[in-house]
Amino acid sequence: MSIVIEPPRTAKPKRTNWEKWGWIYMRVSGVALIILVFGHLFANLWVGEGIKAIDFAFVAGKWSDPFWQVWDLLMLWLALIHGTNGMRTIVNDYAEREKTRKRLVWILWATCVALIVLGTLVIYTFDPCPANGTPENLPSFCPVNQS
Amino acid sequence: MATEFEELGAVAAFNVTLFIRRFNPEDGLEARWEDFDVQVHGTDRVLDALHKIKWEIDGSVTFRRSCAHGVCGSDAMRINGRNRLACKTLIKDLDITQPIYVEPIKGLEVEKDLVVNMEPFYKAYRDVQPFLIASDKPTKERLQSPEDRARFDDTTKCILCAACTSSCPVFWTDGQYFGPAAIVNAHRFIFDSRDEGSEVRLDILNDKEGVWRCRTTFNCTEACPRGIQVTKAIAEVKQAILRGRA
Ligand code: HEM
Ligand code: SF4
Ligand code: FES
Repeated sequence: MSIVIEPPRTAKPKRTNWEKWGWIYMRVSGVALIILVFGHLFANLWVGEGIKAIDFAFVAGKWSDPFWQVWDLLMLWLALIHGTNGMRTIVNDYAEREKTRKRLVWILWATCVALIVLGTLVIYTFDPCPANGTPENLPSFCPVNQS
Repeated sequence: MATEFEELGAVAAFNVTLFIRRFNPEDGLEARWEDFDVQVHGTDRVLDALHKIKWEIDGSVTFRRSCAHGVCGSDAMRINGRNRLACKTLIKDLDITQPIYVEPIKGLEVEKDLVVNMEPFYKAYRDVQPFLIASDKPTKERLQSPEDRARFDDTTKCILCAACTSSCPVFWTDGQYFGPAAIVNAHRFIFDSRDEGSEVRLDILNDKEGVWRCRTTFNCTEACPRGIQVTKAIAEVKQAILRGRA
């Protein structure tokens, strides 16, 4: 009688390993977020008049500066993808049925894409004084309310 | 004189209450706690108390043990909420003013009382190919420098008790995860200079249910009765995968 030995598994051909890149992404984006989030808090709550300076005009001012546009854009994209991937991990932990898991993960990424698109639009198309706006609904610093 | 001498050499005895998680697949009842009062000595371990209960009070109390000396790894259980070997846990070191709670390790199916089905655990172990893979014929001793030996010294100590894997929250919720013990035993060979199978093992652990499921909670390191730095070993395997070599 001969003994049958299962052939040992060999290394698979390389393909994109999402779990590995997800793991790397969580760490890289985490480090970037420490700088972005604390920089954001520092600029908004500490510098100058601090928290008292925050109003509509303050936000409008920041979003007319390309530096803060890029800063907020990075924070938006990195945090949303980071948060969504983190939630995906938790779904993978707890969802027992494959169908439920797939659906929840799909909802997560759909929400993430929707928020990223909306957020990006706001950062780049934000106009505090739209030309056809009703003057009483616009802030005092808009040209219509200055005259 | 004689009595004085006896008292001098006597080991202190005291009473403890053990709450044991009972489950019998044949009685159709849910798992439940049952308490037992026993007199034990300062030198007794939880395993001795379990023996006393089984031998003197209720013979149906079921648990695994073999060596009774921390070598075979068969009596890992959850004692006062922590995974330990019953044969290495001195009762006097626990808080004996309170009852002692003894339950099966978590994340594996309970078969009876403290006995769980270890098969999923062993399957993950077998899947990492925990044996030397070498192409040359073993005609002479394979030499290794002390430095090369030191790289995997820690992970040679594993006794496959499953205390680590069954303390891991990722394993509790996602039983597909290889779990710390399988990674420890893969580490044992991945970092062995005489072994030629690291590439395959790293590839296996690079899988969806491999090392990336680890969330660095350190439960495994805390649970290991052999004092293995389990979380560190897992981190070393992650690094090796990122580098592409051991
Ligand atoms: C402030 C900087 C941040 C750092 C340094 C950071 C770091 C990390 C790291 C390293 C992980 C992976 C943990 C692991 O796999 O073991 C993680 C997970 C996670 N992060 Fe962040 N993160 C930050 C901000 C955020 C933000 C802003 C959100 C929400 C939008 C978020 C949501 C999550 C979630 C949901 C998880 C998954 C938790 C889990 O695996 O159980 N994090 N974070
Ligand atoms: S690493 Fe430690 S806790 Fe895990 S199975 Fe081995 S001896 Fe037990
Ligand atoms: S009975 Fe062998 S390790 Fe405890």
